[in-house]
Amino acid sequence: MIKPRYKPLIPYVVAAGALIFVAIFAPFLTPYDPYLQDLEGALTPPNSQNLLGTDRYGRDVLSRVIMGSQVTICAALALLAVITLTGSLIGSICGLKGGRVDTILMRTSDVFLAFPQMVFAIAAAGALGGGLFNAALALALIGWTKYARISRALTLTIRKMPYMDAAKMAGTNSLGVLIHHVLPNIAGPVLVTAALDLGTIIMELAGLSFLGLGAMPPTPEWGAMMNNGRSMLQTASWVVLAPGAAIFITVAIFNLLGDKLRDVLDR
Amino acid sequence: MTENILAVKNLRVSYGETEIVRDINFSVGRGEIFVIVGKSGGGKSTILKSVAGLLSGTKVSGQIFFDGRDITNLRADERRKIAGAEIAMIFQNAGASFCPIRTIGAQIFESVTAHKDWTHEEFLRRAKAIAKNINLDENVLDEYPFKLSGGMAQRAGILAAMILEPKLILADEPTSALDAVTQFSVVKELMNLRKNYGVSIVMVTHNLNVAKYMADEIYTLH
Repeated sequence: MIKPRYKPLIPYVVAAGALIFVAIFAPFLTPYDPYLQDLEGALTPPNSQNLLGTDRYGRDVLSRVIMGSQVTICAALALLAVITLTGSLIGSICGLKGGRVDTILMRTSDVFLAFPQMVFAIAAAGALGGGLFNAALALALIGWTKYARISRALTLTIRKMPYMDAAKMAGTNSLGVLIHHVLPNIAGPVLVTAALDLGTIIMELAGLSFLGLGAMPPTPEWGAMMNNGRSMLQTASWVVLAPGAAIFITVAIFNLLGDKLRDVLDR
Repeated sequence: MTENILAVKNLRVSYGETEIVRDINFSVGRGEIFVIVGKSGGGKSTILKSVAGLLSGTKVSGQIFFDGRDITNLRADERRKIAGAEIAMIFQNAGASFCPIRTIGAQIFESVTAHKDWTHEEFLRRAKAIAKNINLDENVLDEYPFKLSGGMAQRAGILAAMILEPKLILADEPTSALDAVTQFSVVKELMNLRKNYGVSIVMVTHNLNVAKYMADEIYTLH
């Protein structure tokens, strides 16, 4: 039975779940092979055969948008998992240990925070040589800092709670305190932040791909698809609008889910 | 075996330039109930926390002997060996001394696994036996802290402290957050601990009636 306070979340969880379902099972849901070229049918407008038309190589845009959800959403989720876990671990260790460990790691995060995130990611992805993995790595290099800051602040707050003293008096070691007492107690606010960030990360990954620093052709990634079609915006707008709409809808759903999650947990 | 379970000699605790307590000297015999009284903010809890090794950012000087061994400035790993197993603590707000998102049983079992290789069944058997002795419903082990009343939480705190049958219990104002009736029952449970387990108790309180009722010796902090 779902508690009444969680009921406002249902439509957003269902929508986000549907997106993740499509992303996971994309290869089984595409009406055509997203890589199959048919130059005779290139730039066909949307019709009953190709619901979102075809691109300049005659590939079915709907199939590529569906397949692109796997690349974009799964890459964004994996990146989010990495930066959330890494940042939370670093932040909570800093908050727990304090001293030199805290100073070194937090000053390092200050250095990363001094750069505008997207400018740093563009520079790092360029230096690393492009590709989806390198784009994600570039975003991860700077993305962990936010979670480290949040986790450190939360850890500093709960470090003063009586149950932390009780854990020490029970003979629990630092790892046990971290795993059993710190991480579970900071998980709520960190997860809400992560949910709010997912949309931004999808935009950033798509942005790097749009600039040619992310997924490479023929990978059907939404940002890369928009880049490939941008010269045809006035003549074959569906090639750009379809992946653009996919990004818009996905980001909106995850942002709304994050907002609602925050509202529900703040109550 | 030394005569005293705890001896505190010339204890001085300071935070930067501020001296919190100084020239504290007392000893606690085996099986003795030793009560420290004094006004609020006088440093009672600081004394207890310095024995427990829970102070951070402070300078502790003097000597604290537990069972004949100097524990004043123990390394963290040495402190962990005696924490819970030989010295346990009952907190002022026992409800808050349990992590809010885990069951009471899981948290007490965590302290057991830090020291003993008991199976969960063995732990449950011992925990239920202690719960019975202190008039605590054994189902409390499956409950979350926020579901417990003040008296139940304080008894659960006593159970957590006693599970490894330590030699010394430090009790930091264990009755101050309770109503008069519950205060009396918790005081009785604490006194029964000595009778049933032979444990020594160092208790801090500002309630002189409780101190007079329980104490073998009272130390007044001026």
